[in-house]
Amino acid sequence: MSWTRKILRVDLSKGTCTPEPLNMEWANHYLGSRGLAAKYLTEEVDPKCDALGPDNNMIMATGPLTGTMASTSGRYTVSCKGPLTGAIACSNSGGFFGAELKFAGWDMIIFVGKSEKPVYLLIENDKVALRSAEHMWGKTAWETDDILHQTHQDPQMRIACIGRAAENGCLYAGVINDKHRAAGRSGVGTVMASKNLKAVAIRGTQGIGNIEDVGAFVSSTNDGKAVLAENAVTGQGLPAYGTQVLMNVINGVGALPAHNMRDVGFEGAENISAEAMAEPRKSDGKPNLTTNAACFGCTIACGRISTVDPTHFSVKDKPQYQGASGGLEYEAAWSLGADTGVDDLDALTYVNFLCNEDGFDPISYGSTVAAAMELFESGVITTQETGGIDLKFGSAEAFVAVTEQFVAGEGFGKDLGLGSKRLCEKYERPELSMTVKGQEFPAYDPRGIQGIGLNYATSNRGACHLRGYTVASEILGIPVKTEQTDSDGKAELVKAFQDATALVDSAGLCIFTTFAWGMDNIAPQIDAACEGDWSVENCLETGERIWNMERLFNEAAGFTADDDTLPKRLLEEAIKSGPTEGQVSKLGEMLPQYYEARGWTADGKIPDATRQRLSL
Amino acid sequence: MQIYIEFYASLMKYLPPGKSRFRREIRVDEGLVLNQLIEQFHISHAEAHIVLVNGHYVDGESREAQELVEDDVVSIWPPVAGG
Repeated sequence: MSWTRKILRVDLSKGTCTPEPLNMEWANHYLGSRGLAAKYLTEEVDPKCDALGPDNNMIMATGPLTGTMASTSGRYTVSCKGPLTGAIACSNSGGFFGAELKFAGWDMIIFVGKSEKPVYLLIENDKVALRSAEHMWGKTAWETDDILHQTHQDPQMRIACIGRAAENGCLYAGVINDKHRAAGRSGVGTVMASKNLKAVAIRGTQGIGNIEDVGAFVSSTNDGKAVLAENAVTGQGLPAYGTQVLMNVINGVGALPAHNMRDVGFEGAENISAEAMAEPRKSDGKPNLTTNAACFGCTIACGRISTVDPTHFSVKDKPQYQGASGGLEYEAAWSLGADTGVDDLDALTYVNFLCNEDGFDPISYGSTVAAAMELFESGVITTQETGGIDLKFGSAEAFVAVTEQFVAGEGFGKDLGLGSKRLCEKYERPELSMTVKGQEFPAYDPRGIQGIGLNYATSNRGACHLRGYTVASEILGIPVKTEQTDSDGKAELVKAFQDATALVDSAGLCIFTTFAWGMDNIAPQIDAACEGDWSVENCLETGERIWNMERLFNEAAGFTADDDTLPKRLLEEAIKSGPTEGQVSKLGEMLPQYYEARGWTADGKIPDATRQRLSL
Repeated sequence: MQIYIEFYASLMKYLPPGKSRFRREIRVDEGLVLNQLIEQFHISHAEAHIVLVNGHYVDGESREAQELVEDDVVSIWPPVAGG
């Protein structure tokens, strides 16, 4: 169905599961998934609540296109107040879980309260129940997935769960579904753990119905697939090389941060790139990249499935890690690699396996380790704190050792679970944390790419490329090329990307479609599936409404314009060499223009006129 | 004069034999224009999506006129994206 018009409310404190009708007035204003979950969250949760307390809600939500024949329709989101930032959090994942939730007949699940003991939620269409998960507490996400499949003897069952990182209190733990896909950012898995909810296991057999105009939907989704197939990026580049093809591009244009963003440019970049992943290795003649992979309904198939060299020190005595598993994507390869100075592809792939196995965000983890490495090299921490690990930039052995400490929840690993901001505060060097609103940066330096810096500073979930990927325009020339080091026009560019992304996320589609699709490809698919007017104009206004509502949640949580900023390093320390030498972020110029473009006040508040225009 | 070429992703197939993963040192005539270099390697204009000279982007129009100079590094990618 587009909307099933049915949501499931699970009160973990009371142990009850109650169906409710979907609020269609809200659906018509916020579409689904990210937008609609944000509306429910705003209405039901006090933004000042403790993110890890029982008053925070966690919502798993599909969009109206999730599970349909539209390309990339496997997406769902996990929303809550985030523990890493204290801001609204929404993490998006692919795989097959989201579509299965829709097939079971539910638009979303709202979890409230906290269970006294560990439980998991079992959904078989309309039949839903909370069951004990005490036997799975302390297990990894992969073990949990295996146990549930064995218990229920249904290979088609789809599972989303948390691993040990969330249970250990890591503030950037994610929710892992289908073993290798993650709602990874902002600590949504930590919130799931705080509710003593270990997993959600779903089997849905009701398929898809309730499409508003079936003929128009078949036609518009087929048109969309043709565009994706014919486009060089979505039809050729992404399936062949994956997101990792960016490693050399971003390094080449002088925007690849390295060594906790102390430097820009990384000599070892080519060794951890997509091209390196495709090369046969000496030991067994096989490449790191085993195959590409697709999520539900996806006709792009950018996913990476990799194997670690079985003779590599990280896995040679661990046969369980010598098989094929979820491989490196660009953001993970950057944070685990360039930011830590480690250019050992096998070590990074192994650490990435651990991120999936125990459910933690590789972007935040790598960046936090990078901050720890700078603390170590500055002499602020020593082997006394790290348990004897010589935590220097570039050491693959140290990186693997500290990660194994981390997943076991031992020693210095506990400190790493704090995230970069709290780690640097603990050791009294807050300026070394490369974060916005407490969340770590992805793989693009705001000094070398101006628009992405403005996007980071204003992102509602803290530093994030996926809230407004202006890199598409500023570097990749999609849809049009803009100059990466110019600040002119970037306010409007950032707003346009942020609003469009909010809409795509809320539809249940993958943002990667927008490398080929414009809103004129997307709106007809939504319009055909859903009741109401989903013209291009209405879609764009809906995206803007969602962005502003998230901002209102954060405002009520206590965030102000002072939080729309970047670390001092990026505002004041110029890039030392390369094609972007001398650049700092021009955030001070762009931010007032951005507020104006959004119709906000000079101090970043949303005035009544803008609220009325957007029906907020 | 001597310049360096770097071809990435699906364009690696156009690289002459050599040891480096992406880079080759080649000799070209003085005054060679960027598009002439691209054509010399049989790379179509559609394939040469991102073209950098010494790390700086050169747009399609400027590729017609930009003359290469000694020790320039020309880096070329097909249409790619990620994130």
